[in-house]
Amino acid sequence: MIRMSFKLISPKTVQKIMNRVLWASGIFTIIILIVIIGYILLKGLPAVNLEFLLAEPIESGRAGGIAPMIVSSIYVTLLAVLIATPLGVGAAVYMAEYAGETQIVKFIKFGAETLASIPSIVFGLFGLSFFVIFLGLGWSLFSGGLVLALMTLPTIFQVAVVSIESVPRSYREASWALGATNWETIYRVVIPAAMPGIVTGVILGMARAISEAAAVMFVVGSALSMPISIFDPGRPLPLHLYVLATEGLSLKNAYGTAAVLVIMVLIVTVTTNTFVERYRRKMMGR
Amino acid sequence: MTMYRIEVEDLNVYFGEDHILKDINLKIPRNTVTALIGPSGCGKSTFIRTLNRMNDVIPGFRHKGHVYLDGKDIYDPDVDVVELRKKIGMVFQKPNPFPKSVFENVAYGLRVHGITDKDVVENRVVESLKAAALWDEVKDKLDQTALSLSGGQQQRLCIARTIAIEPEVILMDEPCSALDPISTTKIEDLIHKLKRKFTIIVVTHNMQQATRVSKYTAFFLNGEIVESGLTEKIFIEPQDKRTEEYITGRFG
Repeated sequence: MIRMSFKLISPKTVQKIMNRVLWASGIFTIIILIVIIGYILLKGLPAVNLEFLLAEPIESGRAGGIAPMIVSSIYVTLLAVLIATPLGVGAAVYMAEYAGETQIVKFIKFGAETLASIPSIVFGLFGLSFFVIFLGLGWSLFSGGLVLALMTLPTIFQVAVVSIESVPRSYREASWALGATNWETIYRVVIPAAMPGIVTGVILGMARAISEAAAVMFVVGSALSMPISIFDPGRPLPLHLYVLATEGLSLKNAYGTAAVLVIMVLIVTVTTNTFVERYRRKMMGR
Repeated sequence: MTMYRIEVEDLNVYFGEDHILKDINLKIPRNTVTALIGPSGCGKSTFIRTLNRMNDVIPGFRHKGHVYLDGKDIYDPDVDVVELRKKIGMVFQKPNPFPKSVFENVAYGLRVHGITDKDVVENRVVESLKAAALWDEVKDKLDQTALSLSGGQQQRLCIARTIAIEPEVILMDEPCSALDPISTTKIEDLIHKLKRKFTIIVVTHNMQQATRVSKYTAFFLNGEIVESGLTEKIFIEPQDKRTEEYITGRFG
């Protein structure tokens, strides 16, 4: 009580003010999100109808639809996740379970952090010279998927490392004590327990991959026609949006494309979050 | 076959430079309960973790001397740790069921050891839950996550999980320290029941518990065994002054 009397403002008042400040920051974040999504949907949804979703573009996208772009986006994103998930989770398991605090572990961690901070346009340029030209994969969705896999790898890896490390040691000990080997413990106990976190990481990576224009613009070929296989050129939604907006083709369709993109991302994140939450609750009993 | 299940001979354990266990000699008879008592940090837990080689994974672990299970040194190079841990089960201080269903927790060890026959697994799970005095409480929620059980139920589940792989020895590292008195009584009753089939070694902080559950007691202090023998004898007429001081609560 004596100490308090020397303070300019009472701790209680400070607490009250801080409560308000923190509350305001939280609300502000939500408002930004709502405003952006709301604005995109408001401007974009009028352009979206069944034809827009199912038809190919006419006159470079001034009219017609964006079906090939939706398909391109799904191709490159799935490809990226399918390649990056086993690699990232595998590396994370190695790091967390086998490697210990050795020099190579620090190097891998440093590598992942650096990889995560490289600008996406640089990934794109690398993809052009390495995948498209050097490996001869050509301008294709496959090349785009590979570039996006490289980009999402650090995200998936880092999140997986954190979730695997947060599995209590007591689970592992229980498993070893029952005669399980290290691998059996990882595969039967650690990975299932870390699964909600790993899936969240994959979704974060997926969201990054599906929203990339810069990383894919040099490698996918920017074709307007419907891609049949992953070795065809294509044009993912963000790239289409970029072209529509910068070349002054159709701002209306650019917003329409943006709206479709936002809705796709929302569907993926909301459904997976629901499943992850359900799984977590079933597992933890809360 | 000797009358002793486990014989420990001149065992010394080091973690890096630290000399944790010093010249331990102890014989554990079959189908009895042996209590390990002593103050925190005296090496009891390190000792029982040496018996199922759980310390192997700790960096800097070294040992000298011998630990014989049925006459065979468990640290011999030709000993398979997986097989060893099948024979020596362990129950931990804090209940640590897996975040899986009640059924899967008990079935875990069986699956790890390659038992796939559905009927065999199911039978063994039910029997183990009955043996752990848990069946009546969980028979309607075998599919629920084990983490929804109470602390005492979780610990009995961990015992059931250990029993399921039919070990010869069960190590218990302060199995009741995280439990309420009623759950503790249930676990103690269970220990009495289980000693008919298993050799049990239980680390405990609780003197009364040692006298209630064990036939033999070993008193650890600073990494050494000060005194060991029949529990009654240790508690009624301890030979060493330090034992007397500890059991009468003058330190610890």
